This record gives sequence, C-alpha cells and structure tokens, in this order.
Amino acid sequence: MSAYNFAYLDEQTKRMIRRAILKGLAVPGYQVPFASREMPMPYGWGTGGVQVSAATLTPDDTFKVIDQGADDTTNAVSIRKFFEKTAGVATTEETEMATVIQTRHRIPEAKLREDQILVYQVPIPEPLRFLEPRETETRKMHSLEEYGLMHVKLYEDISQHGAISTAYAYPVKVSGRYVMDPSPIPKFDNPKLEMEAIQLFGAGREQRIYAVPPHTRVVSLDFEDYPFEATKANHPCDLCGAEDSYLDEVIMDDAGNRMFVCSDTDYCRSRRKAGHQGRMATEGAA
Amino acid sequence: MAAHTQFSGGFQNAPVDAAHAFRAAMTVMARPGEIRSVSGCQPPAPLSVAAGVLLMTLCDPDTKVHLAGATNADAVRQWLTFHTGAPLTDATEADFAVGTWQALGPLNQYRVGTPEYPDRSATLIVECDDLQQTGPKLTGPGIKGTAHLSLPDVRALQTNASLYPLGCDFFFTCGDTLAALPRSTQIKDRG
Repeated sequence: MSAYNFAYLDEQTKRMIRRAILKGLAVPGYQVPFASREMPMPYGWGTGGVQVSAATLTPDDTFKVIDQGADDTTNAVSIRKFFEKTAGVATTEETEMATVIQTRHRIPEAKLREDQILVYQVPIPEPLRFLEPRETETRKMHSLEEYGLMHVKLYEDISQHGAISTAYAYPVKVSGRYVMDPSPIPKFDNPKLEMEAIQLFGAGREQRIYAVPPHTRVVSLDFEDYPFEATKANHPCDLCGAEDSYLDEVIMDDAGNRMFVCSDTDYCRSRRKAGHQGRMATEGAA
Repeated sequence: MAAHTQFSGGFQNAPVDAAHAFRAAMTVMARPGEIRSVSGCQPPAPLSVAAGVLLMTLCDPDTKVHLAGATNADAVRQWLTFHTGAPLTDATEADFAVGTWQALGPLNQYRVGTPEYPDRSATLIVECDDLQQTGPKLTGPGIKGTAHLSLPDVRALQTNASLYPLGCDFFFTCGDTLAALPRSTQIKDRG
C-alpha cells in the first residue's frame, strides 16, 4: 500500500478535482470541466467515478461499490479492490455500513443518510448530446436555459409510442435551472434523486464533474397530460418477494422460463435474511 | 522548537490531512449553514487555522490567490508561496481571495464566471470574528427547510445570489471552524 499515494492520485490532481466538486455543489446540475487523468482501467469502467471517489475518500471511510445494484460484478469488484489497495479503506457490501458509495447505473433501494456520499459513474454527462452533437452549442443552450429541444424529444416519444419511452438516463431539472443527465439509472430511481446524501457525478472520458447537494429539488421532465412515471417490471422479486424494488429479468432456460430478482443485491440479501421469501426462494437456497 | 517560519505550519501528512479538510469543506458547501472544524496546519498570523487549512487544501500553482488587507503580509506571502506555490494576484483575477469582509470588498471586483462557464468564478475565504448558526435565514439547495448563519453583509450577498448561476462562493472562517455560502443559497434578512 505504501507504494501509492493515498487513494492513488497525486495531491495536485486531487486538489483540481476537489475544486471542481465544490463548484459543482455551488451550481447544482452544471457540468464543471476538469482535467481527467488516465486511470489504470479503461474508459467506460468508471474512471470519472473513481477519480471523484479518490478525491473524496478519507482513511476513516467505509467504501461500497455497486454495478447496476450488484456488489459482486466485475466492475464493482475491481474498483473495490483498487481502493482497498491504494487507499487502505474498509469496504463493505452493506449499504447501511458504507459512508461513500460508488455506483454504476443504480441508486440503492435503502434510503441514504445524511452522512453518506453517493458517487455516480457517468458515460455521457450532457443530456442534450444526442440532440445536438456540438459542445459549443449545448453549452450555449445551457447558458440560455434553452431546453425546448429536450421537450420535443419527449413529445416525439409520445407521438411515436403513445408514452414517454425513455426508460433510463431520464432527464431531470435541478433546482429549477439546469437540465441534467442523472447517468443511466432506470427512471424508477429518479424520485430518489432528492435525498439526504451528497450526490457527485464523475465522467472521466468526457471530463466533467457535477453534483446535487442534499435536499435539492430534482424534477423529472414531463408534460401535464403525460406526467412522469417511475416504472418497473410488474412483478415481485422471486427470491425475496419485494414488490417495491427495481427488478432484473433473468432467462432461466431455453423453454422461456424466467425469473425476476432485485437488482440491488444487498437489499435482496438483507430481506431474505430477515425471513422474506419469494416464489423461487427455496429452489435458490439449494 | 524554533519560532514560526515560512517552512513550518504545513500539513504533517498531506494526503490524509487534506482529505479530512476537504470533506469538511465539501460538507459545509453542500449544506449551507453547517459549521465544521478543521485542523492540520498552523498558518502565520493573521490567518486563522481554518483559512490556512482551506488554502493548503485547495490552492496550488494553478490557482491565483488574492491576499486582502492585513493578510497581505510578508509572513503570509512566504508561507503560502512555500507550501502551495500559488501565484499572488489582485482581486479582479483571483480564483481564491482571503481576508476580512472589509478588506475583501467591494464584491463586484471579483470574477463571477461567464454564462457558459459559471465555474470560472472566485471563491472568497472570509475571516470572521464570530461564526454562529443564527441570523439571516437561508433556503435553497443543500438546506432542509431553512438554516441560519451569521453573515457579514446580507445585502451584498443577496446581490451575489441574484446573479445565479453566476456569482462568487464563500467560505466563512473563524478560528478552526468554517461554514460556506454557495451562490445558490437564497438569503432573507430576518426569519
């Protein structure tokens, strides 16, 4: 461990990231440019989130990493090991125990507390990017608060599909000013963006950091006659029986059998530990 | 031990001390009205411990620092230059400025960012005689309901908030304690 500076990055890099985080918190939802470093993992594996976590962690922290809700996927395991090795921090798989949680594409089901920090890995931070490819133009649109194009996109969803079909990375307006990409979380998670914890977003390849302070108003864009709806598979979890959690669909065989399980592995595990059982709980136990 | 020199008074364990200091700074910036205490360095007078810790945590050769009023002393200049390497500048170009409220003013000389890059604005570290969770009422991002914080000049800070998303951000320091006021916070004189 002593072969690395604490949390891998050099101090000047951390100061640069820390200044960006403070500006991000002062202007919620605004994407602050930062000089993203190459990290010892490929782009798309959470290099932005890792840099934000590295600038945020202290040796007293307990660190948790999830990838689409799961603690035991390759991405989550490798980032957790990375900080075990370079920062020497304690790690956990329990949401309750963690003080800093780095996440890819989910918000934990358990309500986060005031003393916790949620760090998102963000692939494309610019919500307008697929509507307007030029950075100079999207920057101007944000400065003029010109978000009509986004509403046209949602309207086209309705005209083509009869409903807003955007299911993840659903755009939100933060504190009444900036339209923000909440990273590719399912829109089921959007209502949870108003929380007690500090939320930090890091996009490594795109070199942007942004933030949502606690208790900040975060509104999912919608229309009066087509209000926002947080959707999930209409099914209880087959392992723990939860009806209120976001579910993954798992194909079981080539005969069309399938099961639904909580995407948040810690939530599912703690529910089963507490005695809750789903439809296939006993088979799974074998 | 020898007397205080420009070489002394820095972080003993820079990566860890700075990490703890930043968490305090981030917490107060994310939750206007909260007060935290910090430690880890002993800056020369008249800098408070909290102001010194903030400068050590956030400043380096990439940030221009403005020393206002009594903080613009030989001892402070040498200490800051040795420990951070930050270039010194006047108020109009500063990324960070430190001093008492009277010495820092007027506010309109600091950078407030541009409509396309509101982050290119100054952060002011205001040395206060007193820092308490009383006084003007604060609402906005980071605040559950309302919060209170002793502020040096409500009118000037309201003007700053009215520039949102442009504007300066503030740290208030007193001894080893600090609080913050981002530009996003709405201020009411009496609640």
